[in-house]
Amino acid sequence: MKDEVTSREDRVANLKGMGCSRKRVEDARFTQGKGNYVDDIKLDGMLFGDFVRSPYAHARIKSIDTAAALEVPGVLAVLTADDLRPLGLHWMPTLAGDKQMVLADGKVLFQGQEVAFVVAEDRYAAADGIELVEVDYEELPVIVDPFEALQSDVVLREDLVAEDGSIPDGAHGPRKHHNHIFTWEAGDKAPTEEVIANAEVVAEESMYYHRTHPCPLETCGCVASMDKVNGKLTLWGTFQAPHAIRTVVSLISGIEEHNIRVISPDIGGGFGNKVGAYPGYVCSVVASIVTGKPVKWIEDRMDNLMTTAFARDYHMTGKISATKDGKITGLHCHVTADHGGFDACADPTKFPAGFMNICTGSYDIPTAFLEVDGVYTNKAPGGVSYRCSFRVTEAVYFIERMIEVLAIKLDMDAAELRRINFIKKEQFPYTAALGWEYDSGDYHTAWDKALKAVDYEGLRAEQAQRVEDFKAGKTRKLMGIGLSFFTEIVGAGPVKNCDILGLGMFDSCEIRIHPTGSAIARLGTISQGQGHATTFAQILASEIGLPADSITIEEGDTDTAPYGLGTYGSRSTPVAGAATAMAGRKIRAKAQMIAAYLLEVHDNDVEFDVDRFVVKGAPEKFKTMKEIAFAAYNQAIPGIEPGLEAVSYYDPPNMTYPFGAYVCVMDIDVDTGVTEIRRFYALDDCGTRINPMIIEGQVHGGLTEALAVALGQEIAYDDMGNVKTGTLMDFFLPTAWEVPNYETDFTVTPSPHHPIGAKGVGESPHVGGVPCFSNAVQDAFRPFGNTHTNMPHDHWRIWRTANELGLHD
Amino acid sequence: MSNKMHIKLNVNGKDEEFLAEPRELLIYTLRERLNITGPHIGCETSHCGACTMTIDGKSVKACTMFVAQASGKSVTTIEGLGGPDDLHPLQSAFKEHHGLQCGYCTPGMITRAAKLLEENPNPSEEEIRFGMAGNICRCTGYQNIVKSIQAAATEMNAAKEAAE
Ligand code: FES
Ligand code: FES
Repeated sequence: MKDEVTSREDRVANLKGMGCSRKRVEDARFTQGKGNYVDDIKLDGMLFGDFVRSPYAHARIKSIDTAAALEVPGVLAVLTADDLRPLGLHWMPTLAGDKQMVLADGKVLFQGQEVAFVVAEDRYAAADGIELVEVDYEELPVIVDPFEALQSDVVLREDLVAEDGSIPDGAHGPRKHHNHIFTWEAGDKAPTEEVIANAEVVAEESMYYHRTHPCPLETCGCVASMDKVNGKLTLWGTFQAPHAIRTVVSLISGIEEHNIRVISPDIGGGFGNKVGAYPGYVCSVVASIVTGKPVKWIEDRMDNLMTTAFARDYHMTGKISATKDGKITGLHCHVTADHGGFDACADPTKFPAGFMNICTGSYDIPTAFLEVDGVYTNKAPGGVSYRCSFRVTEAVYFIERMIEVLAIKLDMDAAELRRINFIKKEQFPYTAALGWEYDSGDYHTAWDKALKAVDYEGLRAEQAQRVEDFKAGKTRKLMGIGLSFFTEIVGAGPVKNCDILGLGMFDSCEIRIHPTGSAIARLGTISQGQGHATTFAQILASEIGLPADSITIEEGDTDTAPYGLGTYGSRSTPVAGAATAMAGRKIRAKAQMIAAYLLEVHDNDVEFDVDRFVVKGAPEKFKTMKEIAFAAYNQAIPGIEPGLEAVSYYDPPNMTYPFGAYVCVMDIDVDTGVTEIRRFYALDDCGTRINPMIIEGQVHGGLTEALAVALGQEIAYDDMGNVKTGTLMDFFLPTAWEVPNYETDFTVTPSPHHPIGAKGVGESPHVGGVPCFSNAVQDAFRPFGNTHTNMPHDHWRIWRTANELGLHD
Repeated sequence: MSNKMHIKLNVNGKDEEFLAEPRELLIYTLRERLNITGPHIGCETSHCGACTMTIDGKSVKACTMFVAQASGKSVTTIEGLGGPDDLHPLQSAFKEHHGLQCGYCTPGMITRAAKLLEENPNPSEEEIRFGMAGNICRCTGYQNIVKSIQAAATEMNAAKEAAE
C-alpha cells in the first residue's frame, strides 16, 4: 500500500484518535453557508402551515369561524380540533403519561396555545389566513401560581375529573386535588425528619428556580411529506430523538413504523428544546395527508418562547442538618413543580421529577428525603431539562445553595464546609441516600486544584479588605466569590431504570468497513452542534486502527441508522460512544482472525498495535487494518464470512457521574446593580477526554448559558397569564459583550464501567455554572446579612437587594 | 398581481430581477426565491444577527428589511465571501479555532466579522466584542469566536503586508 507511515508515533498521529484536538469535519459546510437545516428543505409543491394561537391563558372556545380565512388567496385549508377528532388526533399522549390537546378542544389552557392550523402556499398567505380566523372566546379565571392552583376551586383540567367530581389517579399515582398532577417521593421520610429534629444545627431555606427556556438559535420545525402512492410518510425535523419521534408518530397515526422515515438534518442547537413532540408535528403530518402535498411548519421566535419546552419552574424548600463542626447529617427537600397546562415534561417514565433525587450532590449525606408535587397552572407545558440531565440543574442549584446557607449558619467558610463533607475517593462506587450509585470520583483533588489555581485565600483576603473599604466609603463595589462543586448524573441510561414512553434508553452504532479501509458508522444519536461526526470517528479510529479522516459518521435518518434514543442529557458519549467502542471491538475481533489467517499463525499469536495486528515477538510480521479490510472482501477464509461489519446496541450498566469545581470572582456595583465577572475558573472531570478542543468549547457554551439563567433570563407571566418575555427584546440572551473569558482546567477520573472511561461533558458547565454565578452574587452580600435571594440576578434585583440591606444610605 | 413591485438586486455579484410584493422581507426573498440559504432566521426582530448580510457596504439584518428597500442595492451573504476553492480567512479561522458548534449563527457571524475587519483591521478584544454584540451565538460562549476573528485579522494583515 502507498503512503504507509511507519514510525509508531506517526501512525498514532495519523489516526487522529482519542485525546487529539481534531478539527471538526462539520465546519466546512457551516462556515460556507451550506448547512442543511430544516428550513432549508424545499420540496416541489410544498405548503406552509402556521398556527392561530390563543390570546388568553384560560378561556372557553364558543366558536371558530374559518370561512373568511379560506377565502384568502393561497390558503388551502384550516384545521381545527373538529377536523382532527374523527382521526383521534385532536389530543396526543405526552412524554410524561399525560395527554395534550393538539388543537384546542373546547377550551384553551395557556396563552399561545394552538387553536387552528392554517395551511397555505407560503408564509405570507398563511399569516393573512391567521388574521381572518375568528375565534369567540369566553374568558375563564386564570391561575399562574402553583400554590394558588392547589387551593383553587377552578378546575383547569376538566378532562381529568370524574363526573361525580372525584379525582381519579394520574399516571404517577393518586392526586390530591383537581389541579394536582403527582407526588413523587425518594428516600426515607421519618428517619430524615428525626435526624433534622435532633440535629445540633439546622439551616432552612426556600428558593424559587425560575421558569426559563433553552432558546436555541434555530427554532423548532418540521417538513411532513406523505407519499400516498407508496404509503410512505417522510418527516424532517429538529428532532433530538428521531427514532422515538418515529415510534410516537406511528403509534398515534396508525401508519406502520416501517412506512415512516424520520430525518433530523442539521440542527441549530437543541439544549432540550427539541426533545418533545409538539402539535406542529402532528398538524403538519395531518395537513400533508389531507392536501397530498408536503407541508412545512417553522416556529417563529415568539411561538418558541411562548409555547415550546420551558425549563425549571421549581419552588424548592430545604432543610439541612449538621453537627456543630460542620458534618452534614440530613437533608430534606420539598418541591412544588409548576408544569403548566399539560404534564408534557420530558423525563424518563419512572422519574416524574427527573433526577431531582440527585439533590444530595457531591456530599456524603447519610439521610435524605425528597418530595415533589407536580401542579397544573395556566402556563405553557413541556418542561425539559435545559442543558442538563433531567433536573440535575435544579438539584445541584438546591444543594449548592443549601451548603452556602448552612455555612452562614455555622459561620464557616463555604469551601471548607464542602471539603469536609465530600464523598471520599475510596467511597466509590458510592450509593447515595436517595438511591443512585455514583461510579467514580475524586472530589478532594479537584477542589484543592481549583482553590489553588484561583488563590482562594488571597481572594478571601481581598474580599475582606473590600468590605472594609466599602464601609469606609472608599468604594461602592462589592466583591463576590462564587463557589460550586457539582456531580452530574448523565448517560441515561440503563434500560432497567430509564425509559421514555416504554422505550428503554440504550443506544446503538453500526459500522461498515469498506474494502479500501475506509468506513461508515451510523448511530442512534443526533448532533445539535456537539461535533459527533468528529468525535465518534475518533473513538472508532482508536478502536479499529483506521484514520478518523477515513470514517464517515452518519446520524439522524431512521431508514439507515440503528434504533437509538437520541441526544439529550449528555447521553451521546456515555451511551452511543460506548456502543461505538463496542461495535469497534467486534470489528477488531473479526480482524484479528483474518490477520491470523493471513499471517498463518494462531489467533492468539497476534496482537493489536495502533493500526495493525502484529505477530507476538515478531514486530516485522504484521497486517495493517487497511490490508485486513481488503482481505475481508477478497479472500475466502475458512469459517469466516466475507465482509467487515458490526452493530452494537449498548445498554449501560449504570449512569456516569462527571463532576467539577468552579469559582467565579465578581464585582457588583451596589448603586446600579451591575455585575462584572472578573474571573471564572472551571475545572471539569469528564473521565477520558476524547477531543479536548471540543470539550473546552462545550464548557464555554454551557457556562454562557448558565450566566444567562443566573443573571437575567426568565420566562415571566403577569397575573392574567400573559407572557411578558416573548421576544429576544425581553428574554435575555447574552452577547459577546456581556460574556467573560473562561479559564478551563481538568482532572481525569475515568468511569470504571464505560468501555473507554468517558463520562460526557456538554451539560456539566451549565449545571455547575448556574449555582456558581448565583453564589457569587449572594456571597458579595453575605457580610451584610444576606442569606438567600432568588435568581435571576438582574441589575434591578441586585440593586433591590442592596437597598433592602441598607447599603444605599 | 398588480401590487407587485419591480425589484432589482445584485446578490453576491449576480444581478437578479423579479416582481415582489412590497411587504416581502429581504431574508424571505433570498432564502425562498433565490435559494440563498446561508443567512438564517433566528428571531425576525433584528436581535439575533443570524440573518446578517452586507448591503451596499453596511452590515444589515435582513429579517426586518423589505426587499423593496433593498432594490437597486448590492447584497453580500456568506455565499459571496468565499467558497471551497477560495475560503475567506475568517472561514478558515473559525474552523481552526473552534469558533462554531451548531453552525446556525455562523454565516451571520462571519459576514459581520468580515465587515468589522474591513472597518477596523486591528481590533482589540474589546472592540471585537462590542462590534459583534449584534450577533447572538447560543453554543460557543463567544470566546473562540473572538479568538477566530483575532486570528483572521492577523492573517489578513500579514497577507496585506506581504502584498505591499
Ligand atoms: S433573524 Fe434577523 S436578526 Fe434575528
Ligand atoms: S454555533 Fe450554535 S448558535 Fe452559534
